[in-house]
Amino acid sequence: MTEEKRRLTCIRCPRGCALEVTLVDGVVATVTGNSCRRGDVYARAEVTNPTRVVTSSVPVAGSATAHMVSVKTAGDVPKGAVFSVMEALRDVTVQAPVRIGDVALANVAGTGVDVVATRNA
Amino acid sequence: MRHADVVVIGGGPAGLAAAIAARQGADRSVLVIERDVKLDGILNQCIHNGFGLITFNEELTGPEYAARFEQRAREAGVDFLLDSMVLDISNDRVVTCVSAGHGLVQVQAGAVVLAMGCRERPRGALNIPGFRPAGVYTAGTAQRLVNIEGLMPGREVVILGSGDIGLIMARRMTLEGAHVACVAELMPFSGGLKRNIVQCLDDFQIPLLLSHTVTRVEGEKRVEAVWVSEVDEHLRPIPGTEVRYPCDTLLLSVGLLPENELSRQAGVELSRVTRGPVVNESLETSVPGIFACGNVLHVHDLVDYVSQEAAVAGAHAAAFADAQAAGRELAAAHEVPVEAAGGIRYTVPQSIDPARMPDRLTVRFRVGGVYEHRAVCVYLDGERILRRKRDILVPGQMEQVDLRREDLLAHGTLDKITLTLEEA
Ligand SMILES: Cc1cc2nc3c(=O)[nH]c(=O)nc-3n(C[C@H](O)[C@H](O)[C@H](O)COP(=O)(O)OP(=O)(O)OC[C@H]3O[C@@H](n4cnc5c(N)ncnc54)[C@H](O)[C@@H]3O)c2cc1C
Ligand code: SF4
Repeated sequence: MTEEKRRLTCIRCPRGCALEVTLVDGVVATVTGNSCRRGDVYARAEVTNPTRVVTSSVPVAGSATAHMVSVKTAGDVPKGAVFSVMEALRDVTVQAPVRIGDVALANVAGTGVDVVATRNA
Repeated sequence: MRHADVVVIGGGPAGLAAAIAARQGADRSVLVIERDVKLDGILNQCIHNGFGLITFNEELTGPEYAARFEQRAREAGVDFLLDSMVLDISNDRVVTCVSAGHGLVQVQAGAVVLAMGCRERPRGALNIPGFRPAGVYTAGTAQRLVNIEGLMPGREVVILGSGDIGLIMARRMTLEGAHVACVAELMPFSGGLKRNIVQCLDDFQIPLLLSHTVTRVEGEKRVEAVWVSEVDEHLRPIPGTEVRYPCDTLLLSVGLLPENELSRQAGVELSRVTRGPVVNESLETSVPGIFACGNVLHVHDLVDYVSQEAAVAGAHAAAFADAQAAGRELAAAHEVPVEAAGGIRYTVPQSIDPARMPDRLTVRFRVGGVYEHRAVCVYLDGERILRRKRDILVPGQMEQVDLRREDLLAHGTLDKITLTLEEA
């Protein structure tokens, strides 16, 4: 049996709790240091399959008020896919009118996650 | 002259939350004056997520957070005057602005809420010798260029200062295909949130050089290289440690300054520490009927606290305006000064009237250095009424304690309230 401890900073809220994850034979046994359940979920994901929300902005055509519309992945994508998401967004232009939550790019980079608008334009 | 019960200056998150609160409970006229053509202030360009966990229990981007408050403000019946820059506030609360649509407009306000936010410390405030080539931007300007205009300021980047905007822009530029060589921070600790160091620098293997500064900028027309040196404990560059980073862009993230020219003109007393107005428990400034909240009062790292604070200012402004309208005098205040000691740099508010404070009053503060295993203590004259252990306190993070009215009243006559740090 091999035991490994990893220290992380929770990024799920600004408090930034210092987490300690204990892995036994590569499997998460305990998480300590978190002040809420989100920290536990984050720590387990971070040592097995780290994920991130990606935010960016894309050009909007036909809007009187904006050149760009901010967007985000509607959920977490694998950390390793972050640059593929950005690459996929490079050719995207959305058409006004745009509402918060409108899909700018479906199933981005094969992640199964949509990229949605985060502002109206 | 136009009249409004409450005039709010600035339509960012602070102004919106103050205006919403000022509309509660009675049918008062509330006018928000904003110099931009759109509302929401700095949140328009803060497209990253991390806003609203406290208010909405979900992680929103800046524009999404702002849109919710904007909608609430519209539903609450707040009036807006956009594209209108406030030039003057008189001490009897006549607000003068110049408006694109209406020219010079004067509004007699029952009460005024200052919510003008802050601006970035410009590079002139820095002592970097050398030419002033193109390619040097504040991080916030770069953020606006990339996120609002869709323009990339450069490809090879060095960032001076590890404030949150600098950290956020290190990631943003990297995602847009630029290479960020390093983030140099003068102090031995970062001014930004830990989570931003993790998700904006560590995720992309961008080095954070603590106790380092930029000592030279090379290039006449455009930045060609930036020289970075280590500094000693007196923050002086150590000779022989200079390293040259070829680059075309230098971003500065060296602090924010509350935007208080207007407040100063109105005769509002400013704090030398926060650079914002000195306020009492009602967030009222030294000029009766003028209140302040958000980044113009003191620099916040979390918008949720901006919204909370602004709601308090808005409610008190409304009460003041009601009293004005009814020709009522508000009871005279007996303000007890709040002293910041033992590593605490400042408190907001800076004074409290126990008779006028709510049952629970939030006192926000920042520390001046990194402190581990301390207790935040509150004294009423010599008597300690509160002791809260903290594993770590850092300058980058605003802290708060709640004071209970009953504790202050129970103490009897009170000369001074002291907030201090002690060994835990
Ligand atoms: C780059 C950056 C990143 C941030 N990241 C986060 C984060 O991840 N999470 C988080 O919770 N918080 C974050 N914050 C903090 C939060 O966004 C701010 O604290 C908040 O926006 C401050 O709100 P405000 O209304 O006081 O100021 P602002 O948003 O600056 O609004 C002030 C408004 O007043 C207007 N104004 C100024 N002067 C005048 C005048 N004379 N006449 C008329 N109008 C005027 C301005 O145009 C502006 O619209 C970040 C802040 C910045 C700058
Ligand atoms: S564990 Fe909970 S409280 Fe701590 S940083 Fe993570 S989300 Fe925030």
